[in-house]
Amino acid sequence: MENARIAAPVQAEPGGEYRTDAVIVGAGPVGLFAVFELGLLDIKAHLIDVLEVPGGQCAELYPEKPIYDIPALPVVTGQELTDRLMQQIAPFDPVFHLGQTAEAIAKTDEGRWRVTTSAGTVVDARVIVIAAGGGSFTPKKPALEGIEAYEGTSVFYAVRKMDAFRGKRLVIAGGGDSALDWALNLKDVAERVTLVHHRDGFRAAPDSVNKMRSAVAAGEMDLKIAKLQSLEGAAPQLTGVGVASKETGDETIPADAMLAFYGLTMKLGPVANFGLNLHENLIPVDTEKFETSEPSIFAVGDINWYPGKLKLILSGFHETALMAQAAFRYVYPDAKLRFQYTTSSTNLQQKLGVA
Amino acid sequence: MKIRVTDQTGKEHELEGIEGWRVMEIIRDWGLPIKAECGGACSCATCHVYVDEDWMDRLVPATDEELEMLDTAPAVEDNSRLSCQILMSEALDGLHVTLAPGSEPD
Repeated sequence: MENARIAAPVQAEPGGEYRTDAVIVGAGPVGLFAVFELGLLDIKAHLIDVLEVPGGQCAELYPEKPIYDIPALPVVTGQELTDRLMQQIAPFDPVFHLGQTAEAIAKTDEGRWRVTTSAGTVVDARVIVIAAGGGSFTPKKPALEGIEAYEGTSVFYAVRKMDAFRGKRLVIAGGGDSALDWALNLKDVAERVTLVHHRDGFRAAPDSVNKMRSAVAAGEMDLKIAKLQSLEGAAPQLTGVGVASKETGDETIPADAMLAFYGLTMKLGPVANFGLNLHENLIPVDTEKFETSEPSIFAVGDINWYPGKLKLILSGFHETALMAQAAFRYVYPDAKLRFQYTTSSTNLQQKLGVA
Repeated sequence: MKIRVTDQTGKEHELEGIEGWRVMEIIRDWGLPIKAECGGACSCATCHVYVDEDWMDRLVPATDEELEMLDTAPAVEDNSRLSCQILMSEALDGLHVTLAPGSEPD
């Protein structure tokens, strides 16, 4: 497809207060298509997603893998599907709040919802649509006993400010781009950086691997081919990281902090605290409106549950169409809902900018 | 053909293997707790298993793509594999695997 036609997400300033019709939690394929179905009914939407880009699991886990069961697209990659959805919803001007999670919801006196994000953003909306798939992406943690007690003080899964590590002894764990990039960036800031990876092969960009090996050869940082074994020190303050190496045996690397980069996995996250009924970490809905146990909160896509549910992108798309019809009645309680087709309705075609 | 699967609590299960299915799909189809987040695309490492040492040499070796995904799994051992990359066949009748940390659903 033509790259020039792909719409870039309109990113809102974090920490602001916004008022809209619908807030969609999750910007994966189903969350994106919800913008379209809502938009056809004149329902404006804001989207919140923990990732920095739209696309959800498709964009994060398999951007280049082919998908074969999207109607009319015999084969499409995760990224291409995302790009096409972004193009399709562009006429409705969705507003994105990326890199943040929907942390809490509260009902207002007006009967609306205030959704607060981890970035302090508040979105006030009449309806909430949860399209969070398998949950929100969170860092994978090394399987080390008691690691939670060190988190936030001396064990980290991201770097917010490099200066926080100035003069410290760091263990950086992992073999991908994040681990190598941060090892290279922090070696000039920290007192000492030791990169720990379980094998002498790296999935990072070859240029980064070469730079890392040069830095090790020049004595600017250390590389340890070993498995992480234990965290030493009185929690939450780390004093060392125990490792086991086939060549050199067990040892403790002195460390004030450990940064672990093993990629992301999905957890249900704060949605679990929204006060909705849950069924084995999924949100039960009816199959007429896809509404949850709380009126005017809907759940579509992989995160919902009903008898016969199939976890397919296709099913999620279908669910958004029915959800939008029900959402309309909350947003426009006095209006008559007329069902129209995009092929024949001038009104819909005007909304899409094609008539 | 059968496979034996030891779950995260140490309980062993004997499952009917199906020719051409991936071991991850068999484990999931039998209702054992396996996250398999990406659905078999070799993109998440949440179907990580330890293969019984007796069986390691009988498997098709891991591709670079699988090794790189295994880098993102916690507690990788020499006998670590992604169960979505092991294709079931008569030659694997009796295969024994153990679900590794990080493979459990939330």
